[in-house]
Amino acid sequence: MIEARGLAKRFGAIDAVREVSFVAGDGRITGLLGPNGAGKSTSLRLICGVLAPDRGAARIDGIDVAGAASAARARLGALPHSAGLYGHLTGRENIAYFGALHRIPAPRITREIDRWRERLDMTDFLDRPAKSYSQGQRVKVALVRALVHQPRNLVLDEPTNGLDVMAIRALRGVLEELRTEGRCILFSSHVMQEVSALSDRIVIIGGGRVLADDTPAALRVRSGTTTLEEAFLRILADGEREDEAPDGGGAAARC
Amino acid sequence: MLTLWTVFRKELLENLRDRRTLFSALVFGPLLGPLLFGVMVSRIVAENTGAARQRVALTVVHGERAPDLLAYLTAAGARLRRAPFGARAARAAVVRGGAGVVLIVPRDYPRRFARSEPARVLLVADSADNATRGDAARAGALLQSYASSIAQRRLQVRGVDPLIAAPVTIDSIDVASASARAVSVIGLMTYFVLFAVLMGGLYFAIDATAGERERGSLEPLLMVPIARGALVGGKILATCAAMATSLAICLAAFLGVLHTLSLERLGMRSDFGPLMALEFFAICLPFVPLGAALMTFVASFTRSYREAQSYVAAVLLVPTLPIAFASIYSLRASPAWMFVPSLSQHLLMTNLLERRPIGAIDVLVSAASSLLVALVLFVFTERQWRRESMLG
Repeated sequence: MIEARGLAKRFGAIDAVREVSFVAGDGRITGLLGPNGAGKSTSLRLICGVLAPDRGAARIDGIDVAGAASAARARLGALPHSAGLYGHLTGRENIAYFGALHRIPAPRITREIDRWRERLDMTDFLDRPAKSYSQGQRVKVALVRALVHQPRNLVLDEPTNGLDVMAIRALRGVLEELRTEGRCILFSSHVMQEVSALSDRIVIIGGGRVLADDTPAALRVRSGTTTLEEAFLRILADGEREDEAPDGGGAAARC
Repeated sequence: MLTLWTVFRKELLENLRDRRTLFSALVFGPLLGPLLFGVMVSRIVAENTGAARQRVALTVVHGERAPDLLAYLTAAGARLRRAPFGARAARAAVVRGGAGVVLIVPRDYPRRFARSEPARVLLVADSADNATRGDAARAGALLQSYASSIAQRRLQVRGVDPLIAAPVTIDSIDVASASARAVSVIGLMTYFVLFAVLMGGLYFAIDATAGERERGSLEPLLMVPIARGALVGGKILATCAAMATSLAICLAAFLGVLHTLSLERLGMRSDFGPLMALEFFAICLPFVPLGAALMTFVASFTRSYREAQSYVAAVLLVPTLPIAFASIYSLRASPAWMFVPSLSQHLLMTNLLERRPIGAIDVLVSAASSLLVALVLFVFTERQWRRESMLG
């Protein structure tokens, strides 16, 4: 389970994240939806503990990320926005390196790689140097790298960026499989369709604040629209209006 | 400890597969110095020893007017060449180059010589031309000695003891050039050794820091629950391994180069044998972690490979500064200098080369101060890696 409680982060004069609170439960896929620059990546980085929040706290399975960083991170797998690989190492070596850093015994690493190799159709390229990979192959290896220590929680930042239909489909299958295993999955995207197709729960972020946090159906009902896209646009527009109003800051708490 | 080893192994494996990194660590870094050194020293040897044996080359205009002089010059070993131009064109020919040093025998030479009057000859040379300056000086000396031999003969003919005309004789013994050159050559050698250390780890350090960031592998790496100290330590250790390898290759290459050169002719003893190479290795080894930590520290602040290259390349200058300082002020090894890394290694190696004794305490102080600076740099680097700004 991933919890964000009143997260805020400022970079110089820019309020990247002002007030982000939500809970991503186990056995569910939670989609973090928002336009570019809404604060999705910063929120995820705060949750993963690579950035320290100015206010608020993030918890992984109830463990404070800032307080017990190692314990929290051990329960977390992450696929950051820039999921770069080591070009001179093979995909397998890339994954094994992170497994070893997590202190996973070699046989268990091999088992985990074998499991996903079949599942993600990676046999052809897994033992080739990563510099020759396509974007889809890179994301697959980076995903297995994030899963090699069998974390209960998985955070993915714009995982479908630059992927073709086949790769998106494979990714979707993996996320659904992980959900049925009871893991907690939190992913961000600025693409409406993707979030609606996958998510059990949608957290809409705009201007560094949570504008809505509900199931896709409830969001449609609440905004009085028939499609999720219209609901998304209306919620964003409402959020902007509240931002411009003098007492706009309070709106987040209501959502 | 396990993490340190994992990081170390991965950095080594990755860089061993990178041709550019490998080239700079195993070929360019360690071999550039010895090769350059070999070329420079063999040139100095050739100039110093070859020139003495070389015969003076002279282009003579109107040599037929002074057959006795020509016979003397030939007997003294000069190579004479009849000029294809006249007296008036001589100056222009020398300025143009190619004519070398020109000796002109004027029209009135035979008449004045026969009357025992001062007979003038002209020696045309370009003193700015390095290639013929030696010839001009030696030709001048030859003419001088011809003149005094004639003077002696004339005095003898007139019944005067020729020794009266030589009240003082001067024998100059030049010890300066050879030893001065030797010192500068030794300075170069120690510099090249330290250069090989740094160059060997250059790309390792860049790849482990700026490269990690540029590839986008830094963020996932920083999300793994490992101590930053182990991560940074593993990276620095891998750079150390590359530097130590480069150092070993460099010293082996110097063994080969010095074996083929004849340094004795420069007044230097070339007793840089396997034992001294080992001593050099031991002296420079504490400088390895310093160089690795310094490069990793500097590269940690850069955003891209290119940026890192320009900053870290500046670090290559670090060992030059104290060595330049040492040669300008002709520093000798003293306990105080042993606290200055790179300078202490330079002075210790110089002492070994010059066969002066070095104290165990000096070696220890040199090693300890280098390792201490390395430790401080490691702490700073680890601190930088814990900061959020590392992600960029």
